[in-house]
Amino acid sequence: MALSREQIAKRIAQELQDGFYVNLGIGIPTLVANYIPDGMEVMLQSENGLLGMGQFPTEDEVDADLINAGKQTVTMATGASLFSSAESFAMIRGGHVDLTVLGAFEVDVNGNIASWMIPGKLIKGMGGAMDLVAGADNIIVTMMHADKKGNSKILDACTLPLTGAQCIKKVVTDLAVLEIKDGAFHLLERAPDVSVEEIIEKTAGKLIVPDNVAVMAV
Amino acid sequence: MAGLNKVVTSYDEALAGLTDNMTLMVGGFGLCGIPENLIIKMRDMGVKGLTCISNNAGVDDFGLGLLLQQQQIAKIYASYVGENALFEKQMLSGELEVVLTPQGTLAEKIRAGGAGIPAFFTATGYGTPVAEGKETREIDGRNYVLEPSLTSDFALVKAWKADTMGNLIYRNTAMNFNPMMATAGKITVVEVEEIVEAGELDPHHIHTPGIYVDRVIKGTFEKRIEQRTVREG
Repeated sequence: MALSREQIAKRIAQELQDGFYVNLGIGIPTLVANYIPDGMEVMLQSENGLLGMGQFPTEDEVDADLINAGKQTVTMATGASLFSSAESFAMIRGGHVDLTVLGAFEVDVNGNIASWMIPGKLIKGMGGAMDLVAGADNIIVTMMHADKKGNSKILDACTLPLTGAQCIKKVVTDLAVLEIKDGAFHLLERAPDVSVEEIIEKTAGKLIVPDNVAVMAV
Repeated sequence: MAGLNKVVTSYDEALAGLTDNMTLMVGGFGLCGIPENLIIKMRDMGVKGLTCISNNAGVDDFGLGLLLQQQQIAKIYASYVGENALFEKQMLSGELEVVLTPQGTLAEKIRAGGAGIPAFFTATGYGTPVAEGKETREIDGRNYVLEPSLTSDFALVKAWKADTMGNLIYRNTAMNFNPMMATAGKITVVEVEEIVEAGELDPHHIHTPGIYVDRVIKGTFEKRIEQRTVREG
């Protein structure tokens, strides 16, 4: 069985380390916050100007002036700080954020990522994604391995306009954990009950499969 | 003589001199920290052909969406417009010229504009459509895009508190793009929830010094919430 959104988030949470400052994108990345291991100190950065994002507010705590980058009402965690968008992106561009997790439409063997635009169709804008992929060294892309029709989104070359070039090294999908290096995807882990053959079949880009593939612990 | 007193008491005074075809910066992130009454005033004034610099474009019936409804905006710089169906329609039909700009680059273009820096190199957008037609340069083995800075005829800013001299304090994440925009407008107009006498704000706590501010007006705010997310209390 392919992983659920929650299971993907749970697997990504295993990449967190004590003391990390982390930026979580919208969608599955946001769910990672629910799986921070007990006792681990992690601070969440929200690019609209908040370091130390807390949980959702209670009805009484709702404050229109306190939102996250997904425009959801939030609270502040202990030790939080507030700042302008310029300061926020100085943190991101300056490489001060330890881990960035974001979604994508496509990734390819050269570490290119497309996540913001489908020409003639969906126009939302790139938000902070281009700054995040350019500024962070440690990026995890989370996405479905294939679309609903079964077409692979793990490609030799992205077909959509790029968000960033040669910047992605790790991808966690509903089927597998992949590392990108030397112009290929390397299969690191497979989802429980998902065969290596299925992953090969749903990966359009060049894929290196080792003799032994670990199973994700989710 | 007004001296250093920046307070105005009507929206007519607040936006005096704002005319067709001007370039405006409008603060806020989503609907958080937007100068909502200044936007409503612009709609009522009917100014047209505007170039707006704003992270988002509001929603259909609030924020900059109000100006889109009357086709008052000719061109907009923004990073994310996903919440506005009208925007998407006008963009796809070509009525509205859109310069989609990465959020951090947009923030820095405004900061640089206010700080007198004409352009800067950033890795953001290299190898993407954002870099098309722009100068690029390799510095220490990495590729960068030259991004020109931005300034405007008017900057429309929302702050929490001001003193009569235009010193400003923002609240929570309603700060966002407002402090940079306050520095980059030829005329900076600030809408606030409270105005106090000069000397009443602790100088340690001032986010935007009054030197950047031309006019301050006290407003009342709806503060609409886009995504009301709560937990059980």
